[in-house]
Amino acid sequence: MAMDSELLVRKIRDGTVIDHIPAGNALNVIRILGLPRGRENRMALIMYTSSSKMGLKDIVKVEGLELTADEVNMIALIAPTATINIVRDYKVVRKERVKIPEIIENIIRCANPNCISNQDRETAIPKFRLVSEDPIILRCEYCERHTYKEDILRQFMEGR
Amino acid sequence: MRGRDIISILDLSRDDLYRIFGLAREIEENMDKYINELRGRVLALLFFEPSTRTMYSFQTAMSRLGGSCLVFSDVSRTSIAKGETLGDTIRMFDGYADAIVIRHRIEGAAKYAADIAEAPVINAGDGTHHHPTQAIIDLYTIWKYRGRLEGLNIGVLGDLKYGRASTSFIYGIAMFKPSKLYLISPEELRLKNEVKSDLEKMNIELLETSDLQSVIGELDVLYVTRIQKERFPDPAEYERVRGSYIVDRDLLRNARDSLMVMHPLPRVDEISTDVDDTKYAYYFKQARCGVPVRMALLKLVIKG
Repeated sequence: MAMDSELLVRKIRDGTVIDHIPAGNALNVIRILGLPRGRENRMALIMYTSSSKMGLKDIVKVEGLELTADEVNMIALIAPTATINIVRDYKVVRKERVKIPEIIENIIRCANPNCISNQDRETAIPKFRLVSEDPIILRCEYCERHTYKEDILRQFMEGR
Repeated sequence: MRGRDIISILDLSRDDLYRIFGLAREIEENMDKYINELRGRVLALLFFEPSTRTMYSFQTAMSRLGGSCLVFSDVSRTSIAKGETLGDTIRMFDGYADAIVIRHRIEGAAKYAADIAEAPVINAGDGTHHHPTQAIIDLYTIWKYRGRLEGLNIGVLGDLKYGRASTSFIYGIAMFKPSKLYLISPEELRLKNEVKSDLEKMNIELLETSDLQSVIGELDVLYVTRIQKERFPDPAEYERVRGSYIVDRDLLRNARDSLMVMHPLPRVDEISTDVDDTKYAYYFKQARCGVPVRMALLKLVIKG
């Protein structure tokens, strides 16, 4: 983590630090994660801070929350460069780079309204194969239509 | 091929296709030999979207093989009208039939049916997505009358964006490495990006053009599909482009002698009737290949 961000916000005791979020995307990340969730999850948002690797980046710190694998996957879809640091007693105990999985199941909807996976009464679970990481392109396993980053963002915005 | 689902033409290899072609030709020559081939077998024809030629040709194919069909075509008179899901309908027919043929307006419906059913599922058209059996018939027609599929100059004309028959034909012919593949359509109806990226992966060079006149002289095959008025937001725009995609005798003056003009049918006015009695007209011959090709496919999928 860059020095200047530590000047802005102090370290957390237990929780998650989501670092290396592409600059300007921190708000999308917290919306996707449904944050803030209440008093237990005190949080801090740092936007447009300098990064040696990325030029500029955003950081999200959440106290008292350890992200699940599904949540990490969701972040990967909009912030593929993000790293997840799990903090316990002021120490980073686990550090992971988010990775968009090859198969993405039941997280987002197909962009094609006429796809079988968008028919309410049928049990077809939305399932995608990763075509490209940058830019993000997912291919529906049913209708084979591409779903792009804008489609994904729109869904997260509507859903929360 | 026994038990295989046929959702996309790409579910078949070139060897599979040649196997189907060989058997279809053998069936055309000795139809009577196959009269009991699928005796006692049952084929479910689930047509959630209207169809005449595809449905009747499957029905005819199954009858000529000695089998029988469960035909489900008028959705308003079946339990679908009572609100049964597609999934439940498939489960029920899966218990009755040796194979299921499905047409549905929803994209991905056939794949979904195949995930549910134990019996092999054949896609007879899912929305604007795939129509693999039409493509097998199209390829068989070229193979039968032209003698080969590889290295031809192919033109595909019409609504390439929403047309499932043209999409499946393009995938199918791409497997045989065309020398040139012209995609001829108005700007608004160009091939979907998804299909383009698949074809790029197959190392197929796509030549997109709006000008039929300029390429007609190079073609070995011209595959014509209809441009539907309802695809255009502006009816005036439709009227403007419509005339430039009509195939008539005048256009064909510049064609190669061996050009095959094909069409999955039904046509409206995109091929002028004055072409019907020229040497270029292959669309009725193509339609006649429907039954033997579907007989071959049913035999291979149900019995092996």
